Amino acid sequence: MTVSKPDGPAVLELTNVSKAFGPVQALSNVSLKLVPGQVHCLAGENGAGKSTLIKVLTGAIHRSSGDYEIEGVPVTSVSPAALRSAGVQAVYQELSLLPHLSVGENMYMGRLPSRSGVVRVGNLHDRCRVVLDQLGLDDVSPDHIVERLPAATKQLVEIAKVVTADKVKVIVFDEPTTALTEAESDRLLDQIRRFREQGVAMLYVTHRLEEMFAIGDWVTVLRDGGLSQSGPMSRYTEDTLINAMVGREVSSLYPEEQRHVGPARLSVRGLRRTPESPAVDFDARGGEILGIGGLLGSGRSELLLSIFGSEPIAEGEIKVDGEAVQPDGPRSMMSAGVALLTEDRKVLGLLPELSIRENVTVASLRAGSRKGLLPGKQQAEEADQLLDSLQLRAGSYDQPVSTLSGGNQQKVLLARWLLTKPKVIMFDEPTKGIDVGAKSELYDVIADLARRGLAVIVVSSYLPELLGLSDRVIVLREEAIAGHLSGGASEESVLRLASGGVLEETHPDHLHGIPHLVNDPQLNPVIRQNIERVPNA
Amino acid sequence: MPKLLWREPIETTVITREREDDPEVRTTDATAAATPQSHGAPVAPVAQPKPRVVTLGSIAGRESGVLIVLLVAFGGLTLASDDFLTSNNLANLARQVSIFGILAIGQLMVILTGGIDLSVGSVLGLSGAVTAQLLVSGMPVVPSLLIGIAVGVALGLVNGLLVTRFKLPPFIATLGMLGIARGVVLVITDANTIQGLPDGFQTIANGSIIGIPNLLILFVVITTVASFVLQRTVFGRYVYAVGSNPEAARLAGVPVPLVTVVVYAISGLLAAVGGVLLTSRLGAGVPTAGTGFELQAIAACVIGGASLSGARGSAIGAACGALLIGVLNNGGNLLAVNSFYLQIAIGLLILIAVAFDQMNTRASARG
Repeated sequence: MTVSKPDGPAVLELTNVSKAFGPVQALSNVSLKLVPGQVHCLAGENGAGKSTLIKVLTGAIHRSSGDYEIEGVPVTSVSPAALRSAGVQAVYQELSLLPHLSVGENMYMGRLPSRSGVVRVGNLHDRCRVVLDQLGLDDVSPDHIVERLPAATKQLVEIAKVVTADKVKVIVFDEPTTALTEAESDRLLDQIRRFREQGVAMLYVTHRLEEMFAIGDWVTVLRDGGLSQSGPMSRYTEDTLINAMVGREVSSLYPEEQRHVGPARLSVRGLRRTPESPAVDFDARGGEILGIGGLLGSGRSELLLSIFGSEPIAEGEIKVDGEAVQPDGPRSMMSAGVALLTEDRKVLGLLPELSIRENVTVASLRAGSRKGLLPGKQQAEEADQLLDSLQLRAGSYDQPVSTLSGGNQQKVLLARWLLTKPKVIMFDEPTKGIDVGAKSELYDVIADLARRGLAVIVVSSYLPELLGLSDRVIVLREEAIAGHLSGGASEESVLRLASGGVLEETHPDHLHGIPHLVNDPQLNPVIRQNIERVPNA
Repeated sequence: MPKLLWREPIETTVITREREDDPEVRTTDATAAATPQSHGAPVAPVAQPKPRVVTLGSIAGRESGVLIVLLVAFGGLTLASDDFLTSNNLANLARQVSIFGILAIGQLMVILTGGIDLSVGSVLGLSGAVTAQLLVSGMPVVPSLLIGIAVGVALGLVNGLLVTRFKLPPFIATLGMLGIARGVVLVITDANTIQGLPDGFQTIANGSIIGIPNLLILFVVITTVASFVLQRTVFGRYVYAVGSNPEAARLAGVPVPLVTVVVYAISGLLAAVGGVLLTSRLGAGVPTAGTGFELQAIAACVIGGASLSGARGSAIGAACGALLIGVLNNGGNLLAVNSFYLQIAIGLLILIAVAFDQMNTRASARG
């Protein structure tokens, strides 16, 4: 474990900073030194304290203890406005734009050019035009309303906002490329290099390791709220960096075992979402993990949703344990024993303000209630046991579910469905936005469910996960089943089925390098994930 | 490092395949085709100017709906009643509408920040009663009027501080103020009407300049100023910013608490102005004056295109909303329609306005 600091005068220095949210210690004794003309990367798993550190740095939250100095002068008033005028700018991960206002107003909000309180519209327009052109956003007008722009453009406007600041000494980038394409990311990295030439100190946070190696000069690794390692980027390889982040060797993520495969628990026959769409037939057997692969937009999520009854279907028959069920709503499918963990936990699954326990019991309240009264302690105890068995990390099961990290939120949703005693459980992108450690726990849980005789269906865009978990894979293409594969199939064959075989002929460039790389057994799973990760568009 | 060239190979192929039948996309370069997509919804890499059909909505913005209905109501009533389009009736209508309209402008400011001010009716009553009391006790017109208005501003400030300092939800803070201010009016007047106000005071609201009622002039001036402030001044844009995303506004350096307090103070100020004008118009301090006005003011804003979740709406819209309610009431009286039915009609109008707006928002979100 090595912690060293970059040489040279610090433009911004944090020393032994700690931050606690109630009983949870989000940061403990973290030090960080930013020097001019250097890109300092911040690495760590989800929940390692990166976001908290950034918020302390930008003044969005107050530190509990520790020193904060800008150019050797202790910072006394920590508000976002004060720090911004001191030259600390930030590009946030969650868009901090004002959706109802124009691009120009967003870029200069807080310091709109004005004469005795009246906004100088022409001046604002001209100044924005210059900056937007500089960033290559030629076709974005300062008058466009932000909420009507595509996600990637919004992210670039966020960056444009920072560029307009009067004083730029430090720029914090919090996962700026998550919503960007390759070309847009490159444009951003070029911009960062330009900042570096201008002597700006930068703190760069990303999940994409290759970006860190492409742009970083120095790296600080956080783990569980504390400082793990810090040193020049050149001293690290991808493997050593991952080990520093995870604190253990990530070897085998996917549990390998033989399970007893029983009879079909879920049978789908002739399912059509619309009268025009192709019919889908498949069985999911007890004790088996069935993977569903396919490209984005091939109808995987929609298939799950229509089986679950939350999307209307044109025709088709669904049987659970041999009994026909009419999928006329989630409620009837739930009582038939079908459970679904949706892809977007925040939008479709969680009730953020309610407690962890309430989130778990909400789907079983009706089954457990007598004459409309709430079920008693018994159900709550059952929920607690389930949560214990899933190793949920929380101070108390009474705290709001929104306080949990992504992996733990997923466990809460899982516990909710397990409490309904399902026969078939469907996962849509179960590990999206979950860090490596929580992932392997979740894989164990999924395998355990299959071992208990449930039929498990997993949709995943991440091919190693899909193939590693599943006993059998069906590949969808344009809503139809393009083929069946065994769990040991290669990723190439999934891709070929998913794209109808035209992949190589029409777009050879797009496959450049990937098949042998993805099939390389030596390839670290985290690298794989970074190669294949689907951005949250 | 060849692996670093790699990202989202899967999506890339989908997009190009999905768009094959789209000639425009095919001509774009590879970067455009590599845009990440969510569930097949096309996301252009940059905002491409869409061919737009010029509608009334694109000219008049969100007020277009209320403008159309207003014109239709105006035309219909002109045809239906000989008395509607007479200078006497229009002057009467202007007097009826102006006080509501002024109140609605203040309410709009609060609504734009995502708040609500339920106390405007009571503040109106209190300011009017205080002014009337002072006048009856012999104080000259100008000071008593200013003190009355100062009371309104003070109550607005209290509302604002309750919301920002004590973090009370605006609904609760102003609901409390609604009760308190009304109670104070009843206490200081002992629930009696205050009479014997000087003629000079009464001419403020009842007089006119070259045939245009003073009230209407004031209403127009206040609407114009508010519209300018909201659209063109830094403060006005801060109001929208706070309503749009208070946390983002704070991070951008907008003084969110200050803006919020000022907005409630403005609402209190305009409510007090309304109170003084109503007292002047009635020639008496009526302790129950303004009861229920807060809901009328909110209705005017909503009909005029304001969204209760903030950042949507305009002063012109709120003024038109108030005008529409006034025109319907006035027309109903002229046509001898039972006023109970009018209430139903205004209720329906609110529902239609909001439903229409929701559909519009969803349509533009898809497009």
